[in-house]
Amino acid sequence: MSQYNETEFLICVASRLMQDRTIAFVGTGIPMLAASLAKKMHAPNLIVAFEFGGTGASMEKLPLGVGDSRTFHKAVVAIGICDTMENAQRGFVEYGFLGGAQIDMYGNLNTTVIGKYWPPKVRLPGSGGANDVASHCWKTIAIMRQHDTKRFIKKLDFLTTPGFLTGPGTREEAGLPPNTGPYRVVSNLGLMGYCEKSKRMMLLATNPGVTVEQVVKNTEFEMLVAEKVGMNEPPSEKELKILRKDVDPDKLYI
Amino acid sequence: MDVLESGIAELFQKPDVWGFREWVHKHKDKTLTSKLMSEQEAVAKLVKDGDYLGTELYGTVRAPMSITREVIRQGKKHLRLAGQGIHEIDLLLAADLVDAIDITYVAWEVYGISSILRRSVESGRVKTADWSNGAITWRFKAAAMGVPFIPTLSMLGTDTLKHSAAKVVKCPFTGQKVALLPALFLDVGLIHVHRADKYGNCQIDGISGFAFELARASKKLIVSAEQIIDTEEIKKYPEHTIIPYFLVDAVVHAPYGSHPGEMCYMYWRDEEHLKTFLEDSKDVAKTKAYMDKYVYGVKNHEEYINLIGKDRLKKLETMIGGR
Repeated sequence: MSQYNETEFLICVASRLMQDRTIAFVGTGIPMLAASLAKKMHAPNLIVAFEFGGTGASMEKLPLGVGDSRTFHKAVVAIGICDTMENAQRGFVEYGFLGGAQIDMYGNLNTTVIGKYWPPKVRLPGSGGANDVASHCWKTIAIMRQHDTKRFIKKLDFLTTPGFLTGPGTREEAGLPPNTGPYRVVSNLGLMGYCEKSKRMMLLATNPGVTVEQVVKNTEFEMLVAEKVGMNEPPSEKELKILRKDVDPDKLYI
Repeated sequence: MDVLESGIAELFQKPDVWGFREWVHKHKDKTLTSKLMSEQEAVAKLVKDGDYLGTELYGTVRAPMSITREVIRQGKKHLRLAGQGIHEIDLLLAADLVDAIDITYVAWEVYGISSILRRSVESGRVKTADWSNGAITWRFKAAAMGVPFIPTLSMLGTDTLKHSAAKVVKCPFTGQKVALLPALFLDVGLIHVHRADKYGNCQIDGISGFAFELARASKKLIVSAEQIIDTEEIKKYPEHTIIPYFLVDAVVHAPYGSHPGEMCYMYWRDEEHLKTFLEDSKDVAKTKAYMDKYVYGVKNHEEYINLIGKDRLKKLETMIGGR
């Protein structure tokens, strides 16, 4: 087995969650690499949607932003932000892939500020399309590069993007579409899902060499643990080869 | 309709539907007269201190960078902005010309957060209200429709809504909760396009981002174009006209007008330039040096292009790739 780094592993785990013949709304960074890998592996008909209007791009070249020309290279459509966002708002988009600075046990994300709102200790980018994606896609997948107690926290400084808000029923109560919400969290330590009943984050699988205790210890909130915790398959030779040679040959991320 | 929840942010630009109608009725000229002018003329004539500005698309992608640099050279101050951006907003903030931003996303995507935004907001210099990206565009869409607000199911249940100026109401038809977004009418819109004729009929290749909505939400609209083409060419392909001339107040010929950003099918983004700026922007003195060299140090866009160098720009043309 070849050597691989944490980011490569993260991309592979996220990529395997992408299903052929679905639409994946993809944010900047790791989600793009995961989508590109998925299209070259198991999901050639994955429709990748970018918020500024590119839908169904070939993903031959890695975009550097969610609006650059690679987001609609050999795509099926290049329109605008309303089209993409409105597709999601009326239920066309199965998956949304997002990143965040902080996540809580209900899968809510913060990308707005650290500290109070204004003036803040740290001003982060803001929602961008993340709030729209997590409000409207059927299933949202969060990708967190660094699993630690500063990022998997009890209380967000700012709730930018909705997960299960404050628990079961609260998304619907707020007016968000029924049967939507967080589905998976991919981190450098493992793969999390959510408890059907409590809507709280639950460890489903760890990466090789990572223990359940390690995940629990690196999470500030109480991480639920599935009855049977699996192990994420390490990147295969084929995945690594495609990832390094075709997906990110310029080593922007890996 | 009872208001169930109100965002607590200041509404930096109040929707004035009747005011907008009166303005366009009085000022938008339907005669075919050339609006071709220099960027100096366009900015001097159409941008005022205290204006609310919107730019399209964003920082590294088909952005009106040449016009933005001219706004800075002319020192138009106390501006308010709709914030979906990167380089253009960084420059306006670095020049200390901005008082408030309706922000959705200001950062460098792959390369991380904006140091200039951080300094401007964390110091308390610039006020913010937060919105989702969809929400900002739908606010333009409401303005484009000529109505005071538009409903959405975005932002519900979050602090993004709390720190916006949106309101949650119960839908009178379905009883469900909806967020109402106030229409965002711009004093000035800045858009960079692939081609325009001298009257302001515009064509854009590739994604159109939110050009359609922003153009129609602007009281005054400055268009910069890579190429000025004959009206006959425009009329051959009317389905490609995303902005008709009567929405436009100024047309500026600006080859490489999006530099250091990209222009699809024409030139790729200038990675070296962007990375250098990004490094420089971490430091106040180096940011100033960048501004002195690339913004204040040139008289106009032509000088800027010469400073960047034709060879370098030709190289970016070879890097964009085909269809």
